[in-house]
Amino acid sequence: MSRSLGYARRKQFSSILVNLVLTIICLAWLTPTFGVFITSFRNSEDIFKTGWWTIFPHKEDVKVGEIKLPEDVDVNGVMTIEGAQATFEELRQGVTLSDGRKLVWFGNKRSRKVEIFENRWVGFAANLTLENYQNVLSGQEIRFKGADGKEILRMGNNLGSAFLNSIAVAVPSTIIPILIAAFAAYAFAWMNFPGRKMFFIGVVALLVVPLQIALVPILQDYTRLNLNGTYLAIWLAHTGFGLPLAIYLLFNYISQLPRETLEAAFIDGASHFTIFTRLILPLSVPALASFAIFQFLWVWNDYLVALVFLGDKTRVITSALAAMVGEKGQDWHLLTSGAFVSMLLPLTVFFALQRYFVRGLLAGSVKG
Amino acid sequence: MQKSVLPDGPFSWLLASLGRILVSLIVPILTFVVLWQGFIFLRDSNAPQLVIVLVAILWGVGGAGALYAVSNWLVEQLSAQWVSRLQPFVFVGPALAILFWFLALPTLRTLDLSLRDATAQRFVGLQNYVFALTDRIMLEAFRNNLLWMIFGTLFCVGLGLIIAVLADRSQFESIYKAIIFMPMAISFVGAGVIWKFVYTYKGEGVGISEIGLLNAIVLALGGQSQPWLQLPPWNNFFLIVIMVWLQTGFAMVVISSAIKGISTEILEAARVDGANEFQVFFKIIIPSIQGTLLTVTTTIVIFSLKLFDIVRVMTGGNNGTNVIANEFYLQRFTYGHAGRASAIAIVLLVAVIPVMIYNLRQFRERKAF
Repeated sequence: MSRSLGYARRKQFSSILVNLVLTIICLAWLTPTFGVFITSFRNSEDIFKTGWWTIFPHKEDVKVGEIKLPEDVDVNGVMTIEGAQATFEELRQGVTLSDGRKLVWFGNKRSRKVEIFENRWVGFAANLTLENYQNVLSGQEIRFKGADGKEILRMGNNLGSAFLNSIAVAVPSTIIPILIAAFAAYAFAWMNFPGRKMFFIGVVALLVVPLQIALVPILQDYTRLNLNGTYLAIWLAHTGFGLPLAIYLLFNYISQLPRETLEAAFIDGASHFTIFTRLILPLSVPALASFAIFQFLWVWNDYLVALVFLGDKTRVITSALAAMVGEKGQDWHLLTSGAFVSMLLPLTVFFALQRYFVRGLLAGSVKG
Repeated sequence: MQKSVLPDGPFSWLLASLGRILVSLIVPILTFVVLWQGFIFLRDSNAPQLVIVLVAILWGVGGAGALYAVSNWLVEQLSAQWVSRLQPFVFVGPALAILFWFLALPTLRTLDLSLRDATAQRFVGLQNYVFALTDRIMLEAFRNNLLWMIFGTLFCVGLGLIIAVLADRSQFESIYKAIIFMPMAISFVGAGVIWKFVYTYKGEGVGISEIGLLNAIVLALGGQSQPWLQLPPWNNFFLIVIMVWLQTGFAMVVISSAIKGISTEILEAARVDGANEFQVFFKIIIPSIQGTLLTVTTTIVIFSLKLFDIVRVMTGGNNGTNVIANEFYLQRFTYGHAGRASAIAIVLLVAVIPVMIYNLRQFRERKAF
């Protein structure tokens, strides 16, 4: 009796501990993204001056006034200000008064200025704006204030257009390889042709090839065919790089569909093409969806392939964002909102279809 | 009987087959013309971007479907014997052609390029490999990739395992897992921005307060703020943190699904019998998921070997953070040396092959889907 009671109590205690540890880890995981999220809504001046966490209520030294010392005060000796006695060096470090206020010397000795700070609660009213998002989506000139309050002029990075480009790249780059892979997987699974086994082994062997291998020769071909910078070029590239895994996964699924269903259709006189489009494709929807999400996120988030084959003419969202990092390294209000624009669609897809994605991932973990 | 099918004799039969051949020619030509017009429109048009994007998607996806439908239709015009001979190649042909063009052939061509000079003209023997394996820059890249491989993998798999085991016992499992997994949906470039902001450094001076999270924490703890990404060799570890942040979710999900496969009776029985949690972890959980742990490890090892985006966006490979894939990019696209770039790519391939073969062997034993 006492043993099972001890076991129950131990279990309860460990449950609290487990949740505590996991909560801490999750907070650590979320904080960087959260900071970027908050920053993307703050105005440029605030971002340069204070950390994003200051939008939360916290205690801070707030300047409440300043004293200009009269000319007859000797700044090299001990001065009496607001009832406190201190030297210049002490004032530089900050002198705390009996009522909690703090005196800090401003600048060098000649300034003769002492600022008074009071520790107060601040941050109840944050100054948030959507302007950063407007600026980052447009391709026009944008103006904002820098750390010193001066106006800065920049070109927008036209992320709105890059977003559309990404869609034009990602949707066909997802559907085309799946279509081609499904046809091939069906042929490998259910059709007879010479060299079937050899070809299949060849496909699986190509899984090892890192895409860096293909970039240089394919770029030569594209230059010769005048295909550089076209959508077709990048669809084909993503198709080529995604195919081995797609064929392999879909083969595993399609070859395990029940033989009787297919035989019944054959006896009814259906052709391979009809069976494939009317029977196999609908039956394979779970596998197709899993791979589709996987491939879509992969293409959307890809930077290298887009960088090499699209160049700077047609920028997708990742290359536009990377270019922003290069050009505007310290314009955090633009970088953070840009990062969020780029994450919008994949995060939506991810949370809406998480279950399919996890399954695709479990099946497709071989892709490097 | 024959006569009644073809009442007007051989002439009309000839006409009919001519018609069929004509149609068989017209349909593919028409398809080709339509697709070609689409291509020209997409390349040269100045239409609003939204229109172009929609046309592109329709053209690309519809075109791929149409090519299959038309070529299959063409083959089905032939006699039954030829249909069964040719149809498999209609199905599998496009895949094989693309794989040949984009992966098989490039491997050989890259091998060839790697033996030539910068502009792929002169044959230079193994000179590029000497560079790829002994140059100071490459040695630094190898060292860094090794760091990524060891520490990145260790932390990803270790943390993934710990989180998976802990989450398995919490009633909020799915929430925790979704949070840890979320970075998987974020691009490396996006993650680069997020972490650059964490590491950002403003420097010392009156009235300047650090806006980067890491420096703010260090200052609050009484330390000195630092330009973290410019401090070799430690900056490598600050970059590895990003990979850990991105990939731990992957390790966790795969490991977690393996843990779910362990029979709960065994676990409960061990606990009721007084086994403490460490004993349960090391004597039951770890041995049961050994295979999965290895697969996850090899996958992340391959990932860390090919790693490019994080380094490219965060430091560009400066300050001692260069990696193999970034040096490949620099050689090819910044210095324009195709030979060296190709040699580096081959080195990468050779490094990946053994891990990949092992991975595939594991993968075959695990049931997909």
